[in-house]
Amino acid sequence: MSATTLDVNHRLLTVSPSDASRDASASGLDDHVATHGALAVPARDDPGWTAAIQRAVSESGLLGRGGAGFPSAIKWDAVRRGGRRPMVVVNAMEGEPASAKDKVLLGCSPHLVLDGAEVAAAVVGASDIVVCVADDAGSTAASVQAAIAERERAGAAGRQISVERPPGRYVSGEESALVEWLNDRQALPTLRIDKSVPLSIGRRPVLVHNAETLSQVALIARHGPEWFRRLGTPEAPGSTLVTVTGAVRSPGVLEVELGTPVGEIVSRAGFVGELSGLLLGGYGGAWLDPSHLSTLYAPGPLRAAGATLGVGIVVALPATSCGIAETARIVRYMAGESAGQCGPCVFGLAAIAEDFELLGSGRGVAGVLERIEGRAAAVDGRGACRHPDGVVRLATTALAVFAEDARAHAQGRPCPGHRAPSVLTFPAATVRGRRAS
Amino acid sequence: MTTRQRVGLRVRVDPVACDAYGYCAELLPERVSLDEWGYPIVDGTPVSSELVALATRAAAECPRRAVLLEQVMVAR
Repeated sequence: MSATTLDVNHRLLTVSPSDASRDASASGLDDHVATHGALAVPARDDPGWTAAIQRAVSESGLLGRGGAGFPSAIKWDAVRRGGRRPMVVVNAMEGEPASAKDKVLLGCSPHLVLDGAEVAAAVVGASDIVVCVADDAGSTAASVQAAIAERERAGAAGRQISVERPPGRYVSGEESALVEWLNDRQALPTLRIDKSVPLSIGRRPVLVHNAETLSQVALIARHGPEWFRRLGTPEAPGSTLVTVTGAVRSPGVLEVELGTPVGEIVSRAGFVGELSGLLLGGYGGAWLDPSHLSTLYAPGPLRAAGATLGVGIVVALPATSCGIAETARIVRYMAGESAGQCGPCVFGLAAIAEDFELLGSGRGVAGVLERIEGRAAAVDGRGACRHPDGVVRLATTALAVFAEDARAHAQGRPCPGHRAPSVLTFPAATVRGRRAS
Repeated sequence: MTTRQRVGLRVRVDPVACDAYGYCAELLPERVSLDEWGYPIVDGTPVSSELVALATRAAAECPRRAVLLEQVMVAR
């Protein structure tokens, strides 16, 4: 339990999402500077400043907020060593249907993200910044465009910042897929034999960061690592954005201190009633038993529980819902979102989705649980990207957390919740966005 | 005393390139089996010296050039 009394709402989300949409000036540059203070990023290479920032980010212990949780400072070194002039890519693709943090962050505090991108660009010696916003996220792109225009008018734009609109599909935000798109190819993941080699656009090395990660960099550059570490745990310092949905009165994005109990997070979102399970990380995340309400929301404790932070998603599944039926919906969606490149992902996820739907329907099917488990094990780790691995984790944790229901369903005795409407979010229609050749 | 090492070979498959021809599993069953859809499941243990020729052939004969041989350091 944390003893701090700091109000973490004031770090990243200084404007409430509803205020930002009511008043366009709420996210303006003047307010941004009034709230956070000015940030001077040198226009040319300044070794002293670069070293100080690198030290600050390294000492802050910032972990990337895009899902992999990789130490941000290490990524910079790899790109700096590349030789050619690098580019910085801001990943605000938000392919996870249950996530809204990029939308909220870029709607409320676009300048904080752009500040962070400028800091990263100055450190690695990049002259160009590309902000990637999915082609179905119009209001987010508009907010970023307005912020860029404002910086240009104010003469505060040190580097060329542009917005790209890759297709809004689940895998488009995977960083290799994003870079493929920026190389004028389809937004599909590629096999990376050695992940320590940076991705490249043409022959220029690329630094890809999640939007939230860069907003944290902007704060560390202003206030230093000690300030940053005042929140969070020693292993996972700082605050983070979480999208909470499901059995809560106020679904949406919260800024929470890392290490906050999961139960406190759902309480802050107005948790009502009784739970049957918690979905953590995203649709390629993990189900947890409701007993994990006391588990701390940080990478270590969640890993020990078999889950991850992922992209900051918590879905509170009400006791009236059926975890098996809900998982069947997610697996079907995720199978449809396969990039369609790797056989084990294409055929494996489709087969698991079909079996999960059979299970969810509650018609007794002999051997269905064993078949799902077997195929999940066979598919795990065999794609070019981690998409199939995420689905496997979701499916296997569902069978473990909802084990009793799963057995009953397999024996033709579905639980009462299997006909309940879904509490999950799915895109209205999946746009099969492909680059015209 | 430092452990003496040599360069070994490990089989990998590029799952994007792979189209389930299955030649690799025929040529190198010691390291490659096929799943129910015909796609290779690879055992990443470095191949023993007597298997190097077969592994090289599996890589060379893949119609999709999807079989990769990766150099790794192994104990002598």
